[in-house]
Amino acid sequence: MNRLINLLLILCIGAAVVASFRYLGIDLGELTGSGNLKQMGAYVLRFLSPDLSAGHLQAIGRGAVETMAMSALGTLLAAVFGLVLALPAAGRFGWLLQSASRLVLNGLRAIPELVWAALMVLAAGLGPNAGTLALAMHTTGVLGRLFAEALENTPPQPAEAIRLQGGNVVWAFCYGTLPNLFPQLLAYILYRWENNIRMASVLGFVGAGGLGQMLYVSLSLFQEAQASTVILAMLVLVFAVDGLSSWSRQRWVKA
Amino acid sequence: MLTRDTRDPATLPRLLLSLLALALLWPGIHFSELDLGVLLQADSQSEMGRFVSAFWPPAHDEEFLQLLWQATLQTLAIATAGMALALMLAVPASLLASRALSLSAASRSGRPSALGRLLRWPVRGLLIFLRSVPEIVWALLFVRAVGLGPTAGVLAIAITYSGMLGKVYAEIFESVDQRPAHSLLQAGSGRLAAFCYGILPNVAAELLSYTVYRWECAIRASVVMGFVGAGGLGQQIDLSLRMFAGGEVASMLLTFFVLVLFADQISRLLRWRFA
Amino acid sequence: MTLHLNRVSLTHGNGVRALHEVNLHIAAGEQVAIIGPSGAGKSSLLNVLATALRPDNGAVEVLGEHAWQLGAHRRQQLRARIGLVHQAPPLPPRQRVVTAVLAGKLGQWGFAKSLLSLLHPVDVPGARAALAKLDLGDKLFAQCQQLSGGQLQRVGIARVLYQAPEVLLADEPVSAMDPVLAGHTLSILCRHAREHKVTLVASLHAVDLALAHFSRIIGLREGQVLFDLPASDVDHDLLDKLYANEQLLSPPVPVAPLSLQIPRC
Repeated sequence: MNRLINLLLILCIGAAVVASFRYLGIDLGELTGSGNLKQMGAYVLRFLSPDLSAGHLQAIGRGAVETMAMSALGTLLAAVFGLVLALPAAGRFGWLLQSASRLVLNGLRAIPELVWAALMVLAAGLGPNAGTLALAMHTTGVLGRLFAEALENTPPQPAEAIRLQGGNVVWAFCYGTLPNLFPQLLAYILYRWENNIRMASVLGFVGAGGLGQMLYVSLSLFQEAQASTVILAMLVLVFAVDGLSSWSRQRWVKA
Repeated sequence: MLTRDTRDPATLPRLLLSLLALALLWPGIHFSELDLGVLLQADSQSEMGRFVSAFWPPAHDEEFLQLLWQATLQTLAIATAGMALALMLAVPASLLASRALSLSAASRSGRPSALGRLLRWPVRGLLIFLRSVPEIVWALLFVRAVGLGPTAGVLAIAITYSGMLGKVYAEIFESVDQRPAHSLLQAGSGRLAAFCYGILPNVAAELLSYTVYRWECAIRASVVMGFVGAGGLGQQIDLSLRMFAGGEVASMLLTFFVLVLFADQISRLLRWRFA
Repeated sequence: MTLHLNRVSLTHGNGVRALHEVNLHIAAGEQVAIIGPSGAGKSSLLNVLATALRPDNGAVEVLGEHAWQLGAHRRQQLRARIGLVHQAPPLPPRQRVVTAVLAGKLGQWGFAKSLLSLLHPVDVPGARAALAKLDLGDKLFAQCQQLSGGQLQRVGIARVLYQAPEVLLADEPVSAMDPVLAGHTLSILCRHAREHKVTLVASLHAVDLALAHFSRIIGLREGQVLFDLPASDVDHDLLDKLYANEQLLSPPVPVAPLSLQIPRC
């Protein structure tokens, strides 16, 4: 019976995949046909000679620093607010606050960063501030939920022992729960930072500054050479953050 | 008592680290022009307030709802088709890139020979490159290459997610106990057979779980890519935002939430049944 | 006087009856050992004495206060004067030993000192002295996860010693140690209790260790006190009755006690 249901589900998934292709009217054969491929090839070729002039590189440097600052500060803010919201969301302050904080966290993370960025551009104007705030809002929702789950899974014995010897709840948390929790929190923060550096590049599309804005502008003006330099800079940033994050993980998260 | 008694070896590193963090914080705030106060200013609050007040009532006329339904289906289709293409690329790539299939590793207790590592490196590099460029950038490029519409979205998801899936699959293969596969390889079986009998049974649940999770992410990514013209719900939201049609944006955001919830439920169902 | 239990009964959440009508009176400065088969209720008894578990009926009086009739704040202050050595040391793996030991005084320190100790240990000589009593002085800055089971238990004991309570309760404090180390640690505990006039109550699996170091033995079986006698009056017949039909399940912490004759009748 079980296997029958599983088989049925697999067939449904297969049918869904086929239906998707049909619905979108994508003909894979036509897509990879010679005409289309040549067109895409010509387009790609225009990217293969990036513009490396000093002026452009300086602009890219500034954009890169803006993007890096956006992602780092946005993630940091989100970590702080996420932890603050995770405490009630894990049920530490009763049922009512738990439901309320879970609702807030779900709301924050349900709205994608790009929509947040559009909203923040309205509120704070164009520029990297909107991007930082947008990232902070969305990531608070994500991190808050992850932190709350981690909090629920930590063993309660160390904190209970400190309560039992007369310490108050604050120190029981700091001395008993936090040391166990901290590596997990750090892992989640680093993981979100890796994600946010990619998103920060992109938020510029709606005017939130950084490399994304430069890319959008140069692509709209069909300046492929400049655009390819920006893409290279984005790649460098992503690699740098990935590398930093994995080094930090080795150093502080593993035993 | 010796003064050695009161010196804590962790003081110096901690102090240095805190100073470093502070030193980086200041330029960080300067370059990102961080200003939390802007959210509390009267005029920006009224600006946001006016925008948000236009959300009510959400648009619900017949014609619009038809459009909404079509756009939702399109988003689902983009995500599913994109994932299917991504899997077609990711599975062979992960098998090529993973050290779990390395013959040399089987006889050297898990560490492939230098040649083995060298040959795997280009595939890994390709996977990392594919996943490092944000999918929106791919979408933007494809929109310029194949025109507006869902094809660009499907291709963008296929390329980015093949990188993500491929790399994570390769890591998952390497993270389980390699000894069953190694013993099969040492007994003379082919690489693929050793993989299917030795590693696949252990990793199937985790692979499935991660794939389904990525499908959920693909749905969200499809909506976001619509902002640059790749079809689906996102493109409609972008159009309505430009026309300041708050009611339409509201209904579309609501639909987006429902879609995400629906995808979450399906992913839970699949993970529960198969893992 | 110091510790009174009057007709205390306790049933755990899963319906298991842990203690039944237990009467216990321990004077200040006494040293008492509690022995009994696995599942007799030794841990539950110590937790009730430490005011960690609230009994279903009966009165708990510790250091002259009716613990469960106090307000929460007063009870926390009372708890700062009671030290419980847990069977499984409740120490976070990545915390350093010095911070873990200093945490013993959290019930007595003010806000600023507690906050500072989290970042930079405020009383390294004090922590070192407590650890040195248990021959662990050189492990001051190691992480808890780098220690063995026996060393971790000794850190737990050091924390309670640093807390300097008036009542010291120990739940299987030497279960993870080899017999020689166990005897040595128990004699350190007893000496500390004698020198500082601290009431010491310890539950032990190894009967001969209990008989060797403690002057008063309480035998607990199925949640009831079977006997409460000076060590010299405990003979093999009593021990037979205490451990009769003990299941062959091993105690939760894997350690082989010294050559112990517990005849099965």
